[in-house]
Amino acid sequence: MRDEATTSGAESAHARATAALRDVPREPGVAKPDPILVADNVVRSFGGLTAVNVKHVEIQRGAITALIGPNGAGKTTFFNLLTGFDKPDEGQWTFNGDPVQGVPPHKVARRGMVRTFQLTKVLSRLSVIDNMRLGAVGQKGERFWRALVPSGWRRQENEITERADELLARFKLDAKREDFAGSLSGGQRKLLEMARALMVQPDMVMLDEPMAGVNPALTQSLLGHVKALREDGMTVLFVEHDMDMVRDISDWAIVMAQGEIIAEGAPEDVMADPRVIDAYLGAHHDGAPAPAATGAQGPGAPADDEPKAGPAGRE
Amino acid sequence: MNWDVIFSVSLESLVGATTVVYALAAIGLNVHFGYAGLLNFGQSAFLGVAAYGMAMTVTTFDQPFWLGLLVGLGATVVLALLLGIPTLRLRADYLAIVTIAAAEIVRLLFRSVTLSKWTGGSDGLQAFSQSFYALNPYSSGISTRLISFSARELWVITVGWVLVVVALLVVWLLMNSPWGRVVKAIREDEDAVRSLGKNVFAYKMQALILGGVLGSLGGYVFALSLAAIQPDTYGTEFTFYMYTIVILGGAARVLGPVVGSMIFWLLLTFINALLPALVSAGVIPTSIMTTNQAGAVGYILVGIGLVLLLIFRPQGIFGDRKEVMLDAR
Repeated sequence: MRDEATTSGAESAHARATAALRDVPREPGVAKPDPILVADNVVRSFGGLTAVNVKHVEIQRGAITALIGPNGAGKTTFFNLLTGFDKPDEGQWTFNGDPVQGVPPHKVARRGMVRTFQLTKVLSRLSVIDNMRLGAVGQKGERFWRALVPSGWRRQENEITERADELLARFKLDAKREDFAGSLSGGQRKLLEMARALMVQPDMVMLDEPMAGVNPALTQSLLGHVKALREDGMTVLFVEHDMDMVRDISDWAIVMAQGEIIAEGAPEDVMADPRVIDAYLGAHHDGAPAPAATGAQGPGAPADDEPKAGPAGRE
Repeated sequence: MNWDVIFSVSLESLVGATTVVYALAAIGLNVHFGYAGLLNFGQSAFLGVAAYGMAMTVTTFDQPFWLGLLVGLGATVVLALLLGIPTLRLRADYLAIVTIAAAEIVRLLFRSVTLSKWTGGSDGLQAFSQSFYALNPYSSGISTRLISFSARELWVITVGWVLVVVALLVVWLLMNSPWGRVVKAIREDEDAVRSLGKNVFAYKMQALILGGVLGSLGGYVFALSLAAIQPDTYGTEFTFYMYTIVILGGAARVLGPVVGSMIFWLLLTFINALLPALVSAGVIPTSIMTTNQAGAVGYILVGIGLVLLLIFRPQGIFGDRKEVMLDAR
């Protein structure tokens, strides 16, 4: 799988994204050469707490963008807002040039912006293949009256099943085809959720912590799949805590803290950014490997190596 | 002790009108609860508005029988919309609260004094079934050593089982289609289905209407078999029996409600015939129970049986234990 992803075509998609973002200034809210998603003044408060307050952000088309930040930074809330699962107090955003604020979640998905969830949502008592088939959009047999006449949707169903089987093979879930999705392991569920999202044939995939709770061996395979999405021409925006992974696969990183975007840039650059280090170490620190890994590579960031160094470093 | 009578009433209950009524109601409830995961605790109201829609059209407003059927059907759809629009956007437990309240409101409206000139109040309505029985092709009933049905009963049972077969066919077709896949997926996780571009609200509404309409067929058979309707028969225990039947047969199984209904009524009828006979024959001494108490004891025994079934076979008769156990995760 990973080998396929790193063949010549794959290199070019990655290279294209890298080249496009090379000369973009490393500043929060910076304009991108070819944005697929542009958001302005998105605010969401829960009581007195402003969970999200994003002035301006653009997501580059065809690139893998990481959305990082300490716990409670508002990353998942921002995801929920963008995909219509939550309503903002104010703000506008466009996807592929069309405004999408106020659009219900199922219509956001149909427009090509599909998300996964932090807590994996497989449909337990449906088979793996039915989980996959469900993802296809524009199914004739999903209309009530047409569903009653199987000849009206059988051919389309076969096409969908064929596509689903290809994806299952690609994600190495074909052996589990007929099993209940609820019987899969945590990692397999993540794979299934990602594969199912691809059945929608989206332009942009939004992954909320795709690696959470996945064992290291499977992490490698998941990383390969995410990279493959970019090679297939999709834009990826993902939330992640694992900085190794962020550095490995993302072309661009956006850092949120306390609801605001505080830094943007190539992953290596933002990890060395003092504002980012401050945000991570000033807040409750959950992902010990993350700053430690950065510290190991960049000795120029001394405060960024151990969680317990945080408070001392600040003082 | 007359074993012939005990066995013949039990056998008759296997195919009788009551079994048909509960089977139809449970087929509808199975669409709600088993397939779509909608906790509808007001299924009795769907049967009630259908029966009253028909009876009021014929008796109160003196309109033809077929129009009564249409009015009943329309009333069912309107009830589903009224229940669904405010509640289907909320979590499932709200639907349970609203539906049980709505069913009580419907029943109390039917029996209210103010509306009694249309609904007949607590006495209900009669004399709406002549047109139905006028269509009866049977000139005489059947009477064998085991079972006997009058011509009228035979006609109700025939129509009832035809409706059951049609309802099963519709449910089977739908639940094996992509539409059914979406509905079952909504039962598992609404947000996941939304994230895949499906209009969850529309599907839940369709499922609510479908289950209500299938249940309304039971309402017609119920009213026609008794040739009378009474508001208090459409109470909450009506719905709870339907739930028992759905779970007994196995939720989200096409044949579950029908077999559940047959077994439920067979058991209940058999025990309710057996116990008083045993008491009268002196097999059970009156110090344990009298014939008057036998009816209540019968319900207790059936209740214990159902509890044991849920413990040892939570998936019901047709269910897949592996599937049911996935819920525990």
